[in-house]
Amino acid sequence: MHIFEEIKKSTITAVWFVFLTFPIMVIRVNTIHKTIEWRWDNMIMVAVGSFALSFVWRYFMEHRQAPKPEAMGRGVPWIQNARQAIKHPVFFYSAIALLTVFAVIFPFIFSRYQVNIMTTALIYVMLGLGLNIVVGLAGLLDLGYVAFYAVGAYSYALLHLHYGLNFWICLPLGAGLAALFGIILGFPVLRLRGDYLAIVTLGFGEIIRLVLENWNEFSKGPSGIAEIPRPPIPGVELSLSESSVFLYFLVIILTLFTVFVVNRLRNSRIGRAWIALREDEIACQAMGVNKTATKLTAFALGATWAGMAGVIFAAKTTFINPASFTFLESAIILSIVVLGGMGSIVGVIASALILILLPEYLRAFSEYRMLLFGAVLVIMMVFRPQGLVSTVRQTYQFKGLKKDKEVG
Amino acid sequence: MTSSFFAEKEIYNGLLLSRTIILQELINFLMDYFLELLLGGLTKGSIYALIALGYTMVYGIIELINFAHGEIYMIGAFTALIAASILNMLGLGQITILILASILAIIYSSAYGFTMEKIAYKPLRHSPRLSPLISAIGMSIFFQNYVLLAQTSDFLPFPSLLPEFEFLQPYRHIIRSPEIFILFTTVVVMVLLTVLIKFTKVGKAMRATAQDRKMAMLVGVDVNKIISMTFVIGSSTAAIGGVLIASFIGQINFYIGFIAGIKAFTAAVLGGIGSIPGAVVGSLILGCTESFATGYVLSDYEDVFAFGLLVLILIFRPAGILGKSSSEKV
Repeated sequence: MHIFEEIKKSTITAVWFVFLTFPIMVIRVNTIHKTIEWRWDNMIMVAVGSFALSFVWRYFMEHRQAPKPEAMGRGVPWIQNARQAIKHPVFFYSAIALLTVFAVIFPFIFSRYQVNIMTTALIYVMLGLGLNIVVGLAGLLDLGYVAFYAVGAYSYALLHLHYGLNFWICLPLGAGLAALFGIILGFPVLRLRGDYLAIVTLGFGEIIRLVLENWNEFSKGPSGIAEIPRPPIPGVELSLSESSVFLYFLVIILTLFTVFVVNRLRNSRIGRAWIALREDEIACQAMGVNKTATKLTAFALGATWAGMAGVIFAAKTTFINPASFTFLESAIILSIVVLGGMGSIVGVIASALILILLPEYLRAFSEYRMLLFGAVLVIMMVFRPQGLVSTVRQTYQFKGLKKDKEVG
Repeated sequence: MTSSFFAEKEIYNGLLLSRTIILQELINFLMDYFLELLLGGLTKGSIYALIALGYTMVYGIIELINFAHGEIYMIGAFTALIAASILNMLGLGQITILILASILAIIYSSAYGFTMEKIAYKPLRHSPRLSPLISAIGMSIFFQNYVLLAQTSDFLPFPSLLPEFEFLQPYRHIIRSPEIFILFTTVVVMVLLTVLIKFTKVGKAMRATAQDRKMAMLVGVDVNKIISMTFVIGSSTAAIGGVLIASFIGQINFYIGFIAGIKAFTAAVLGGIGSIPGAVVGSLILGCTESFATGYVLSDYEDVFAFGLLVLILIFRPAGILGKSSSEKV
């Protein structure tokens, strides 16, 4: 019988997982008081959970089809229809108008706490879009992206501390310094293949963090830098809540700027060179694309946004220390890009908002946040490597004799 | 010792003799310090080697950087801790506890390695190269937080299980018994592994799969089984490393796997990834570099030296010391 077969498989899976998770999930030893705590309820949870999940897993495994090159980005028919509907001007402009109204009145109807959360989420949108250039468009897996974020944050904090430079000067300076670091890192690793590149960037990110942690004279070490001023408006005295509203609007403007630039970049000559390089490096070189320059611009431009986001982060929290720039932060930004769909702008914005806002509002879940991020990375790779919103490939179609250009 | 002390000594005992003695003692001291650092480095290196083997074997067969390998090692250490604590309360002897805890750690680490391969890597056999790597990073984060949530985020004291040898007492300032024990265990594991890969049927199948997966399949090698086997073997050596290092350092937490994993990966790349003797050589070099750099130069920057070495190696000799450099075929 088919049903019995399935139940048998799931039972075996459940038994295996109970065995697997037994020491870690069930037993907890207290080595100081020499007591053992047995948590049998966890075992029941694992058994029932894995029994149920194995059905889901097998169902999706059977219905998983390998993404075919020509079907890439076209996807399921209803998504295609939805895309067409969204493209329709009436719908498109009314959606934009609604979003604008919502974004403008948001800080006036919600509390300062909500505004701060939204600002954080928007900073992650910027980071996600920046990493999207490097990972999504150019196909260079950067696991040390947080290093550039740290460079931005620390350049504002230190320039303010030592030279008294204000936010508006530091914003472009931080972005520029991060871009410089992007080039410094990018230059030696150009020759490396994808997976080696990932590890080197990871090492680079860790080096930056460790140096910030240990070089006390330079960065004040693990205790960090406090009393970083919020962005000022010349001649206007801002209260605490006013300045957080101001920061919110500033981040909105910068996010829009990011979206604009990334969108323009993607369809530019350099953007197409990135995508081509991602797809096939050798063919790309044969077509005369300058590999070095293309990769370096990807690194530098990706880092620029991280630097900018870093300056804003420092201004928002008014306190930074190296603990804010661990590998986990890079992993969160990477999850945003992967979940959203590599190369897709709308997807990255949506996934940044989902991944950052959901744990804030579902407090019960926030403990499991990183666990879920890890699971999201695996599940997305197995079942939907193109992300929530897959990018539509630019395609050219011949219709009879008339050449028709379709831009997605 | 102050300068007046030297002066008095010179007056009473004559010039030359005392100088030679002081020089001799200084040289002795420096030699001892050097030996201490060297042996410390070798010990560290052999632990890295036990973890690096898993990286290099998996890379050799499916060209995947198994990012979550460090976490397997951490789970091995946790299993051993739990087992050892329970056995300790039952009042068993130290050696019995060590053996039983190691066996349990090996069983569980292999089981985790096996399951991880089935869930996160096997469905991605034919995907682009970056997909399994991202999946591996996801697995790594998942395991870390799984242990963090199910156990604790604090450092747990790990019972010292490694035996003390009487005959080493006079040399205590240079080397401690656990270090000798770790070095010895590593050598035994390496010999066993070499025999397994060089002289058994499974080893032959592994080498064949590493050379050409499709061809191996055609001549009747069950490739999926061999890949699972590789994960199991790599995970068990990592588990042995986990038990040894946890017992040596005396405390563990959920995060030990990450740093150890990166360092072992550095070692594997240093020696030439995919090559088993390379992993051992690379690990020993890395261990000694770290030990000397922290002993003679700066003690706060141990991890910076390791990562710096990794970056330099990848830039100047990506094929590693014993690896063969191959150009990409079109």
